[in-house]
Amino acid sequence: MISLLDLFSLAAIGAGTFFFVAGTVGLLRFPDSLSRLHALTKADNLGLGLVVLGLIPRVEISLAALKLILIWGLVLTSGGSTAQLIGRVLRRGRK
Amino acid sequence: MNILPFLDILLASLIVTVAASTVVARDLFAAVVSYVAYGLLLAFVWIRLYAPDVALTEAAVGSGVTGVLLITAGKRLAAIRKAEPEAQPGPALKWLTGALAVLVACALAAAILMLPDVPPSLAPEAVTAASGPGAGLGNPITAVLISYRSFDTMLEKVVLILAVVGVWSIGKDAAWGNAPAPLGRSRPSPAMVFLAQILAPIGTLIGIHIFWVGADAPGGAFQGGALLAAMWMVAMMARFDEPPRIDAKWLRLGLVAGPAVFLVVGLAGISMAGNFFAYPPGFAKPIIIFIEAFMVLSIAVALPLLVAGPPSEGYET
Amino acid sequence: MNELLLAASGLILLAVALGLARVLRGPSEVERLMALQLLGTGGIAALLVVAYATNVPGVDDVALGLALLAAFAAIAFVNVLEVEQGETEA
Repeated sequence: MISLLDLFSLAAIGAGTFFFVAGTVGLLRFPDSLSRLHALTKADNLGLGLVVLGLIPRVEISLAALKLILIWGLVLTSGGSTAQLIGRVLRRGRK
Repeated sequence: MNILPFLDILLASLIVTVAASTVVARDLFAAVVSYVAYGLLLAFVWIRLYAPDVALTEAAVGSGVTGVLLITAGKRLAAIRKAEPEAQPGPALKWLTGALAVLVACALAAAILMLPDVPPSLAPEAVTAASGPGAGLGNPITAVLISYRSFDTMLEKVVLILAVVGVWSIGKDAAWGNAPAPLGRSRPSPAMVFLAQILAPIGTLIGIHIFWVGADAPGGAFQGGALLAAMWMVAMMARFDEPPRIDAKWLRLGLVAGPAVFLVVGLAGISMAGNFFAYPPGFAKPIIIFIEAFMVLSIAVALPLLVAGPPSEGYET
Repeated sequence: MNELLLAASGLILLAVALGLARVLRGPSEVERLMALQLLGTGGIAALLVVAYATNVPGVDDVALGLALLAAFAAIAFVNVLEVEQGETEA
């Protein structure tokens, strides 16, 4: 008998997996570099965010939950800024 | 249905495929990117083998810092080579290299497949020696590194220093003492500056944290030092800091501090605890953390120096 | 429950590893970097799920370090590309 918390966990992680698959499909199939970058950042933010959300009910120490959220925050910030950097390189490369 | 074997098979095939793509890649950038991906997958394998310390070290040093070192050096080399193109290695040399690589792989595979059912191992000895009265740490890996195999660990840091000296000696004689060329562009983009401003402080804190918990939980000096090195490099790429002159006293002191402190404590062990590299019981943990702190310093100084490269002639600080 | 988690982890890993095809195909160097970034983030996610499903201790710190290193590697690679562009423009 799966508890409600487990069900929530599975649902969140499943949704996160879906976003990662979507990110890969975008990276491989989108026609343009910039649109691929767009797909990549969505996978980063939502994919990891949902997985982290799904794992929080399973932690044993509350500090671990904070660490998980910190991981997500780090990836969010660095991913967004790196996307900006990549975008600049792409734009300058086009001229 | 047991999924675990499928996951492991997936992981193993991915690693082989990515390793193959490292060899097959047409240019330097693709090869180095494949190499970093390979390192990340290897870290995954270490987690599957219940070795989180090794996983972090693999990702930090084997994949992250080495990948950055390769691409930075490779790009600099390509810029120099444009002036003097060399002949490509002939097919005979390529076949010979390939045959040698296959030979090494077969030898390794044979060695692993021919292991007896209970492979000979020093692990039980190491654990008892490390958890004896001379240790008292919660993390057996750190205990083995700093207590059972202390000499090896110290010599590894010496090897790191030798590598830095080797990199420095590539520079021109006239440039000795100067600083290496700056790591980033002269006007870094605002996004880069922003990211470095946010990442470097947080990363430094996390690096120190990982070093500190290494006594009782997965972590340690090498991992923490590598993270600190990465954060210093991020700051240098955003031009917050420049690579220092290689004759700077603080730089050279920082480089040798790790192994020097280790050696001094090891020698002191002769009088204090009766043996070379023995720690007096009860004091082991503070001494070990003391040694590790200086090793973190040396690693954090040495790794960025390896990436920064030889001293540059036209650049005076 | 654990089996489903492991399956999810395997799927994530497979997905982002397939994205690595961009490393060999990608017409420009930036594409290869993007594939690497996807692998990094997906790797962190898959790692966390596997570690929680198989009870590996202390993986939160490993994932934290990985997040930092992925950011560091991305910055370094972009930096190399920017320096290269700066040289060809000058």
